[in-house]
Amino acid sequence: MEVERESLRARQLRARDLLRGDLEGKDLEEYVEERLLTTTLEHALNWGRANALFPLTFGLACCAIEMISMVTSRYDIARFGAEAFRASPRQADMIILSGRVSVKMAPVIRRVYDQMLEPKWVIAMGACSSSGGMFANYAVVQGADKFMPVDIHVPGCPPRAEALLHGFNKLQRLVRGQPDLGWRQRYNAVGTEEWARFEAGEPTAEALERAAAAIRSADEGEGGHA
Amino acid sequence: MPDAPGLELIAQGIEEGHEGTVIETSFEHGRASLVVNPEHILHALTWLRDTPEQGYRFLSSLHAADYLPATPRFAVHYELLSRERVERINVKALLENPAGADGEEESLPELDSCVELFPTAEYQEREAYDFFGIVFTGHPDLRRILMPEDYVGWPQRRDFPIGGEPVLFTHNEIEAPRWFE
Repeated sequence: MEVERESLRARQLRARDLLRGDLEGKDLEEYVEERLLTTTLEHALNWGRANALFPLTFGLACCAIEMISMVTSRYDIARFGAEAFRASPRQADMIILSGRVSVKMAPVIRRVYDQMLEPKWVIAMGACSSSGGMFANYAVVQGADKFMPVDIHVPGCPPRAEALLHGFNKLQRLVRGQPDLGWRQRYNAVGTEEWARFEAGEPTAEALERAAAAIRSADEGEGGHA
Repeated sequence: MPDAPGLELIAQGIEEGHEGTVIETSFEHGRASLVVNPEHILHALTWLRDTPEQGYRFLSSLHAADYLPATPRFAVHYELLSRERVERINVKALLENPAGADGEEESLPELDSCVELFPTAEYQEREAYDFFGIVFTGHPDLRRILMPEDYVGWPQRRDFPIGGEPVLFTHNEIEAPRWFE
C-alpha cells in the first residue's frame, strides 16, 4: 500500500512537471510512451459507441416504469453512459420496447424506428414485446421482431431494472466486441443500408424525390380522413 | 334503485306512451332492469329521461354483449342514473343476429342511436360498433374508435377467434419437431 502511494505520488509529480514544461528529452519520451495506447480505429469507434448509447424516450406499457427506474440513482444507467434519453428519434441510438405492442401501435413504432439514424439498436423488454406474453389475442402483436429487427430480448414480466441493465450490458458487449453481429446479418438484410442503396444506384435520389412527390399529391387529393 | 313495484310502475308508464315497448321486467339482487323492444328503445329512454318524477337524466354506461348460443344473440345495455335520488335502472335491448345464409354478405344488427338524448353515448356507441358490429342508425360519426380503422372483423364477438399464436412449452414441444431451426 505504502509502495503504491509512493509511486502514485511520483507519477503525480511527473505530471506536474510536464504541465510546467519541465520534462525534456528521455523523461518526456518515457512519459508519453506510458500514456499511449494503440488500437484500431474501428475498435476505438465501437468502444465510444458502446459507452455513449442514447436511448429513445419511449414507453409502451408497465415495463416503462422499470425502464424509468433504471435511470434513477438506485440503478443508475449513467454508469454505462446511457442516461441521456433523447426525445427525438433522430438523436437516439437505441430504442427500448418497454411493453406490449398493440396492432395499432406497431406502425407507429416502425416509423419511429425508421426515423432513427444508423447505426441503431433495439432492446425488446419483457415477455410482451418479445413474444406477445400473456396477451395472445387480436389486439397485440405476437413479438416485436415480426415487424422490426431486435438485438436483445430481456425476459421478465416486467424485468427488474437490474435485468434490463444486464440486457443493456449485453448490448454494449455486442456493439463493442462483435459489431458484425448486427441485425442485418441475422435478418438477411445486408445491402439495405441507405448508403448501400445509393451506391448501387437503386433507388436514385431522383426516384426517391418522385416517390415523395407522389405521396404528397395523394395526401392532398384525399383531403384528410373519410 | 326503484323497488320491484316501482319498476312495474315505470314499465306501466312506458307502456302507456307506446304499446308493446316493454317486453319484460326483472328485479334481481336489488337491481331493476327492463327488457325493451329495440324498435322503441328511444321511446323508453326518452320517457325515463323526461318524465319529471323519474328523471334518469344521466347515462352512466352504454355497452353491448354477445350471448352467442342464445337468441336473440346481442344485447345493448343502458345504465341510467337519476342523480337527484341516486337511483339506477338498467335498460336492455335484445337484438337478433341478421346474418344471412352462407354466401350472403354479412349484415349487422341495427339499433337507433341515442346520441340525441345523451351526447355521452357518442363514443360508447362507437365502441359497441367497434367490438360487436352493432350499427347505431342516426349516429353522427359511426366508425371504429379503438381498433385501427382498416381492421376487419368484430373482435369481442364470441365466435371471433382468440388469435395469437400457440406458445411452445416443454409439454407440447413434441408437437413442433425441430422448431429451433
